[in-house]
Amino acid sequence: MAGSNGAKRRGLKVIGKPFHKVDAKVKVTGELKFADDLMLPRMLHTRLLRSTVPHARIVKIDTSKAEAYPGVKAVLLGKDLPTTYGALPVSEDEHALAIDRVRMVGDPVAAIAAVDEDVATEALDLIEVEYELLQTITSIQDAYAITEPRIHEYGELGNIHRRQVYEFGNVEAGFADADFVREDITFYEGSTHLALEQHASLAQFSHDGKLTLWTSTQDMHYLHRHLAKVLGLPGSHIRVIATPNGGGFGGKCDPFNHEIVVSKLAMITGRPVKICLTREEVFYAHRGRHPVLMSTKTGFKKDGSITAMHHRTILDGGAYGGHGVASTFYTGILQTTTHNVPHYKFEAVRVFTNKAPCGPKRGHGTPQPRWAQEIQLDRIAEQVGLDPAEMRKQHAIPPNSITANWIRIGTLALGECIDKVVKGSGWKEKFRKLPYGKGVGIACSAYMTGTQTPIYYNKMPHSGVQLKLDRSGGVCVYCGSVEIGQGSDSILAYIVAEVLGIHPFDIRVVTGDTDLTPVDLGSYSSRVTLMTGNAAIQAAERAREILRQAVSEKLDVPGSRLSFADRRVFDTENPEKGMSFVEAVWLAEEKFGTLGTTGSYKPPAAPGKYKGSTIGPSPAFTCTASVAEVEVNPETGIVTVPRVWIAHDIGQAINPLLVVGQIEGCVYMGLGEALMEEMTYRGNRNMVHKFPSFLEYKSPTTLEMCDVVTYLVESQDPNGPFGAKEAGQGPQLPVPPAIANAVYDAVGVRIDEIPITPDKVMKALRAKAKGKEGRYGPTVFPTCEMPEAIVVKTPFEGGDGKAVEREPALSRK
Amino acid sequence: MKQTRKKGNGRLQKAHIRLQVNGEQVEVAFAPHKTLLEVLREDLGLTGTKHGCELGECGCCAVLVDGKPVLSCLALGLAVEGHEVTTVEGMAQGTELHPLQQTFAELGAAQCGYCTPGILLTAKVLIEKVPRPSRDEIKEALAGNLCRCTGYIKIYEAVELAAARMAGEPGEPAKESIYGWE
Ligand code: FES
Ligand code: FES
Repeated sequence: MAGSNGAKRRGLKVIGKPFHKVDAKVKVTGELKFADDLMLPRMLHTRLLRSTVPHARIVKIDTSKAEAYPGVKAVLLGKDLPTTYGALPVSEDEHALAIDRVRMVGDPVAAIAAVDEDVATEALDLIEVEYELLQTITSIQDAYAITEPRIHEYGELGNIHRRQVYEFGNVEAGFADADFVREDITFYEGSTHLALEQHASLAQFSHDGKLTLWTSTQDMHYLHRHLAKVLGLPGSHIRVIATPNGGGFGGKCDPFNHEIVVSKLAMITGRPVKICLTREEVFYAHRGRHPVLMSTKTGFKKDGSITAMHHRTILDGGAYGGHGVASTFYTGILQTTTHNVPHYKFEAVRVFTNKAPCGPKRGHGTPQPRWAQEIQLDRIAEQVGLDPAEMRKQHAIPPNSITANWIRIGTLALGECIDKVVKGSGWKEKFRKLPYGKGVGIACSAYMTGTQTPIYYNKMPHSGVQLKLDRSGGVCVYCGSVEIGQGSDSILAYIVAEVLGIHPFDIRVVTGDTDLTPVDLGSYSSRVTLMTGNAAIQAAERAREILRQAVSEKLDVPGSRLSFADRRVFDTENPEKGMSFVEAVWLAEEKFGTLGTTGSYKPPAAPGKYKGSTIGPSPAFTCTASVAEVEVNPETGIVTVPRVWIAHDIGQAINPLLVVGQIEGCVYMGLGEALMEEMTYRGNRNMVHKFPSFLEYKSPTTLEMCDVVTYLVESQDPNGPFGAKEAGQGPQLPVPPAIANAVYDAVGVRIDEIPITPDKVMKALRAKAKGKEGRYGPTVFPTCEMPEAIVVKTPFEGGDGKAVEREPALSRK
Repeated sequence: MKQTRKKGNGRLQKAHIRLQVNGEQVEVAFAPHKTLLEVLREDLGLTGTKHGCELGECGCCAVLVDGKPVLSCLALGLAVEGHEVTTVEGMAQGTELHPLQQTFAELGAAQCGYCTPGILLTAKVLIEKVPRPSRDEIKEALAGNLCRCTGYIKIYEAVELAAARMAGEPGEPAKESIYGWE
């Protein structure tokens, strides 16, 4: 895409300007319709009967009383939807309703459609289910120890879902080169998205055999495919309309059982069927942050350079696969993208447990290892006596590198980001200099702007945009992207407006509708601005070409001399000579007939050629540096964060206001994970969620939220539209480790487990007072039998990106 | 209010009440156990009021009853008989947005927009009581309204800007809140 993305263009009128969002006004007036705001005549309501036990065989279900209950229109069971599905093709292990087996508290076993929610709820109580309990797998340790019963019949061994081992270069040789080697074991607890909007869906099956599903999904396109498969309908008969999401954060990416269930119930009853999950049910739907236990062994020199890293992770996946295989990769593949790592070995295991399934939450699998790495770098800096900010800057990987694991990094202004937060925070005056109880910490990160590979293999575009122009001067942009609050609709309008020289609010944007809009893969992996943006540029440039030809002929001015700006098309050398945009479209329609263009985008190929190398590469990487200031009360262990400084390399802010907003949201979510959010279960074998409610699942309110000082660094990435990269996920990554490092600066204890709750701080402080190690965190990293490593020579060793066969005995020193 | 009586299958007959909603006199009939939230959304079609928990924990459903913020998921519909309810739909005057709505739109204080109606109404009451609230007063007033998108910062800035404008002071947002710091 380099060259065609307009990055070099000057005199931008829309890009870089703080326009409000195209949907801002309908959001502040309550006009915008979310899924649960939709009501249709004759609409039925659905409730799901959910398992009350964590692991059992279903012996018997008797629905006769429920069926006879007045107002009940249909009862659905697992056998009515026998086809399995799941977010990734490698782990399609879900049934819309349980068949024979429940795997977690909250697994749906039956569904009722009734005239209203009350009747449906009452009828649920009339369904009788007999369970035969099975042993519960509660933890990573259980999953390693208990091979029978298996939660799923597929996977690797017993309850191990996935194992993978990669070695890039030769870590033992790297360790042999090191002045020091240290291993740190850390744990990052799971957390959930907690989007304020509860998942809701409304299905309608009309008598012409067409299904329409309005639903709060981030990934409409993938859902469309799953519906076709499970419902046995042709894709062309299914229309999915992604309603604006009331927050997503990854929690609305998977295809969900309730979406399939209401579709099926609409097909059975011939009436519209709606469901809105209760907040408690949203906790069961989950798909949030995986709890990850990590061991990071790193060799380094006195100057803080890393010679090798051996990073191991174990993910507690919960009851289903979901996006888990991808999450598993992500717990290791971006460790090489900030601090130069010449030799890298990565081993990961994902296990099944009888808990709500984990999946993609903001940062998808990368906040956990980033945390581990950044708190270790803090220790490394201390061990070699270097300033951790200086050390990070010194060894930051340069732009245009290829990492040991074959990830090509384009622009990356990490040094500049570090400089910004160091200067802004007064780092030099504060680090190790503040009074006891106050501290500062620094951390960095890098993140992808979209993935190089779609979820199912295909060679088609990742994003498509269509543009319709007509004689009214109206421009309509159609794109399958989904607005989840990040501003993706606005980005389309800004970009098309810039290229055509019109105002963004002149443009109508239609998104998230499989009937009307061309395919875009969805709002995940921070892909939307870059991919839809590039597709929009292409469509708009094609439209501009059409207009140019028509206007050039009319004005008798060479096309190359025409400018598009301020709702006019004019001769650049004689701006008086020109016409309004509306007239230009009119002319073009006269000359060419009905006007429409398309644009599409597919990421460039990645240099890695080994199995698994498609996960991690991205058209562009952002990087972020953050300094957190904390206050730790040594009497109570309570940590408060007055302020966070954060600098993010955005490439180019398409709209700085929205970028700053995304970054503040990232800091907020990072703060929540660092200090309080945890998705945990009662400590017996019943695996009941500890607190499936807003009240008890702690998240930051206005009283806990810190001040944020944001810096935007613009490195102009040649692969990004107008140079833009992502902002929605990357900036979260450095926040938790910066806070942990600041806690150490404040009171001299290391909390190696997220969240950093007061009890952990107190335990570490007490241990320290007794002369023991001032630390709280895991000490044991369990092992299981691992497969042979896939060995790949690094670019530094002259590798070709392919896996090599090598004799293990020869490579070990 | 009409007396409620049990119907055949143990259901209660609908209650029928009058109240003021956004300045208009309305009548509405609904099952008597329904919450104000449900009555507003389902029986009056005012879906601008949102819900995140229906347990009084998130603040999404805040509306004003006689000018005071109330969590509509915790109030019975019956309880507002004869009272004055204001929802987000009642904030704009015709096509003119309330200053808070204007600044929330301008500053990106509504990202997904789901928490926004509840926050707008809560902030409206704050500004009516404290015309130029301090940052701490804003935090205190909004402590019961969760927002998962914004980190609250753009919300504070929008409340401050609206308060300034309503007090007739020059209301320009700080450069840093739009472009970040230099
Ligand atoms: S819906 Fe009323 S407080 Fe959450
Ligand atoms: S804007 Fe999304 S929850 Fe507040």
